[in-house]
Amino acid sequence: MQLDDLYRRVIMDHYKNPRNRGTFEGDAVTINLNNPTCGDKISLQLQVENNIVQAAKFSGEGCSISLSSASMMTDAVKGKTVEEAMDLANRFSCLMKGEAAEFDEYEDIEALSGVNKFPARIKCATLAWNALRKGIGSEDQE
Amino acid sequence: MNSAQIRKLFPILDQEVNGHPLVYLDSAASSQKPISVIEAVKHYYEHDNANVHRGVHTLGSRATDAYEGARSKVARFINAKRSEEIVFTRGTTTSLNLVASSYARANCKEGDEIVITPMEHHSNLIPWQQVAKATGATLKYIPLQPDGTILLSDVEQVITDRTKVVSVTHVSNVLGVINPVKQIGEIAHRHGAIMVVDGAQSTPHMKVDVQDLDCDFFAFSGHKMCAPTGIGALYGKKALLNNMEPIEFGGEMIDEVGLYDSTWKEVPYRFEGGTPIIAGAVGLGAAIDFLQEIGMDEIEQHEKQLSAYAYERLSEIEGITLYGPTKDRSGLVTFNLGEVHPHDVATVLDAEGIAIRAGHHCCQPLMRWLEASSTARASLYLYNTEEDVDRLVKGLIQTKEYFGYAIG
Repeated sequence: MQLDDLYRRVIMDHYKNPRNRGTFEGDAVTINLNNPTCGDKISLQLQVENNIVQAAKFSGEGCSISLSSASMMTDAVKGKTVEEAMDLANRFSCLMKGEAAEFDEYEDIEALSGVNKFPARIKCATLAWNALRKGIGSEDQE
Repeated sequence: MNSAQIRKLFPILDQEVNGHPLVYLDSAASSQKPISVIEAVKHYYEHDNANVHRGVHTLGSRATDAYEGARSKVARFINAKRSEEIVFTRGTTTSLNLVASSYARANCKEGDEIVITPMEHHSNLIPWQQVAKATGATLKYIPLQPDGTILLSDVEQVITDRTKVVSVTHVSNVLGVINPVKQIGEIAHRHGAIMVVDGAQSTPHMKVDVQDLDCDFFAFSGHKMCAPTGIGALYGKKALLNNMEPIEFGGEMIDEVGLYDSTWKEVPYRFEGGTPIIAGAVGLGAAIDFLQEIGMDEIEQHEKQLSAYAYERLSEIEGITLYGPTKDRSGLVTFNLGEVHPHDVATVLDAEGIAIRAGHHCCQPLMRWLEASSTARASLYLYNTEEDVDRLVKGLIQTKEYFGYAIG
């Protein structure tokens, strides 16, 4: 078991300096999700206008994997259409299943590929993405 | 007690995990099983298996004897007056739900009170929330001291003549606090309330005497005390059990069934509808034999010493937060390692072959009280050694270095 496969430098960078952490003052869709098995929580806020995710912010408590994943996700979806955001979420699900997936528009995400070797941690990585799916209208959760 | 020798009786502990010899420090979640328990279950299935209390044939008698023999062992183990006071269940959760759904729903009404503490496991908390909602009774909490202990003077304040049920954990699965359940029971009884004890974390680790505790109900699980999963017990005073309605209906639990009405068997059978967990009960009996051969006092003594050693060694780690009282603790240590999330701690330790628990430990209200979203917990049992604790300490220092380097 190689810890460095899980805790890559780019993940640690997002953990240490999370992007988009905080809350919006103005109008936003808010999704609160828990990971009941471990107590992690995320509150995701999305500003969607004209079918485009204008901005995303998150707050909550979690481990390095869940917080870095939230940081990357909120960065990656910015400026994407709802369909593009959903496509990202689908590709992220593939990544967690150990299937090949590319994130040319936001390569940091690929650093999370090591998570699939740590089955107990997959739920940490997918929490923010499940919140995204809820927020943009798909009830399907992976 | 020679825990290094005892360790050899547990086949599962003799393996490498992620390239390191396994150090199992999660017995408070579920203990490992000695070879004698595994063999007893195997022997039952290979020689005696049949349904109980039904067949006239030989195997049916053997299975019944094995099942009822296990009940007698449980009764002696916790010093119940009679075997009929032992109801076999799936475990502590089912036992506590039985008391809540049967006794408490029938005996609580609007204006009555149910008293618990904020340190309860969800299984000794949600059943009472549900009773309170269904009956209009009020759920009240005995407050905790800063170190997580409770004061009898507070218990005196919270329990009143309106209190019908007091339910408190014997030993906290997070704080390691050992509660004065006997004294709390005396106060409860003075006010006419019944005393329920959650013994999930005490029964595996110390001598339990339900007559001395004078509790009305006592619940525990087999799998935390070397027995298989899926078997546990509820002790109840016979006079109370006799007046309780079953909550599950079907085979095994009836006296006579008509088209529109039925009557129930005597206790404890009326609470054991359906084919019971026979092999589990046999395994529980074997686990009791195993523990008693070593001696519960010896086990308690060993864990006390090892727990004190673990607490001391862990407290030397810079930046660690230890939860719960500093003395008179059970054999577990709950902690947080600086800013490193417990998940990350558990993952790094797992890479070193060390198994601990990370999360809220089914105690969300207690986590809020501790102002921690989650914690890490190392829990000890009779097969753990000082070497295990040393490996944990080394692993935690490595975790700190790893994360210090990565995020520092």
